[in-house]
Amino acid sequence: MPCAPLTRGLSSVARKALMALTGLVLVGFVLGHMSGNLLFFRGPEALDAYAKWLHDLGPLLWAARVTLLVAVAIHIWVGISLAAENRAARAGGPEVAATRRASLASRAMPHTGVVILGFIAFHLLHFTFRAVNPEVAAAGDAGRVHDMIRLGFADPLVSAFYIVAMALLCLHLSHGVSSMFQTLGLRNERWRGPLDLAAAAYGWVIFLGFASIPLAVLVGIPPFPALAK
Amino acid sequence: MVKENAPGGHDATLRLTLRVWRQRRGQPGAFEEHTLAAVPTSASFLEMMDLLNEQLVRAGKEPFAFDHDCREGICGMCSMTINGMPHGPLPGVTTCQLHMRNFRDGETITVEPWRARAFPVLRDLAVDRSGFDKVIQAGGFISVRTGSAPEANTLPVPKPVADAAMDAAECIGCGACVASCKNGSAMLFVGAKVTHLNLLPQGAPEADRRAVAMVRAMDDAGFGNCTNYGECQAHCPKGITLDVIARLNRDYLGARLRGFFASTGKPRRGGD
Repeated sequence: MPCAPLTRGLSSVARKALMALTGLVLVGFVLGHMSGNLLFFRGPEALDAYAKWLHDLGPLLWAARVTLLVAVAIHIWVGISLAAENRAARAGGPEVAATRRASLASRAMPHTGVVILGFIAFHLLHFTFRAVNPEVAAAGDAGRVHDMIRLGFADPLVSAFYIVAMALLCLHLSHGVSSMFQTLGLRNERWRGPLDLAAAAYGWVIFLGFASIPLAVLVGIPPFPALAK
Repeated sequence: MVKENAPGGHDATLRLTLRVWRQRRGQPGAFEEHTLAAVPTSASFLEMMDLLNEQLVRAGKEPFAFDHDCREGICGMCSMTINGMPHGPLPGVTTCQLHMRNFRDGETITVEPWRARAFPVLRDLAVDRSGFDKVIQAGGFISVRTGSAPEANTLPVPKPVADAAMDAAECIGCGACVASCKNGSAMLFVGAKVTHLNLLPQGAPEADRRAVAMVRAMDDAGFGNCTNYGECQAHCPKGITLDVIARLNRDYLGARLRGFFASTGKPRRGGD
């Protein structure tokens, strides 16, 4: 069986368990990240104070960052190796394509995954390394996170990209969250329906939570105080 | 798709155009188009293929090779992808139990072999399913002393356990799960075998070894990885559910964990 190096020797089921476990880390992260982001609606003081608190965590913050980075790296690496094998194992498939049950979300996992990876890269450049827009960088460097977000989302193209990426994340989660249980052996026909529903609901919560911010900035609701200069 | 038992009666016939896959081992294949003028609606799909082959033989042409045996839906030999669906458009039946009353007059039907790297085409519609045999050889058995059969009641099996094991044992190993899976994965088949044997007291002593060995054999045979599409369950002629895959995952991961922490029976190396 051709396997990517590093995962050679790990069986298909073990590598899928790695996908599920690293996925679980990322599923937890997006919920935490989204909850923190929603402080945006409580105004500049609340969000800026939260950002300062996060930064003051120091080593804890770095531990979280390293954990996330490792989880993302494994998720992508193993995901690529599995997807490449699956493609080869299908040998082209039947000439007449027919699908009875596989959901759009399940079939699009590698594709939504790639777009989300591209989004993560842009998002880090945009708000973490602040290499995209000097105005955004100045506000961020001064600890004015609320202003930074409003400046960052002032560009409708950037906001649209964020919203589309979050919609694809919603799709990715709606299959991934339920799939995680199946892969770890924690699902059956009785629980498949409720878990699929919970996964879809989770995806929607994450989408609405994240997308509400660029949307609010674009339409100017709620009205926030003028940007500090 | 037309409903089972559609009107038509016994003497109704269909005119059909068939696109059938023709391939010699190791060579590229292609579709051949043939027309059948009068197919009785009461014929099974395999009987329709017999009619096509008789027509070809009468015309001095080569008939299509296809696998079949019991023609009662229990042996797992028939294996045709009909209009993109393994065993055709009806859920819960094998190709031999699919009747022509489920098709329309004038319809064009595309007939292909199982498509998966692990099932190479032997000829036309017949594929090599020995990958499944290798998985069975790796763990699809129990080890017992031979001799006179033990008294049946010495091994109590709770009714729900016996039922669940029988549900999994319904798998006839036809390969429709692999053929329907967009990853060419054999997880439904392997899950059914592992579930069937691991549930019962006769299979329990080797449960861990079995799960690990059968997954290894499955990977080595070139099957893909499960991504929980659920297509296999939707195409399985025996109604095997994804439960067996969850069970396989659980048994395999548990076995690997237990193996990791198993005692070697010796003190630690270089130790006290």
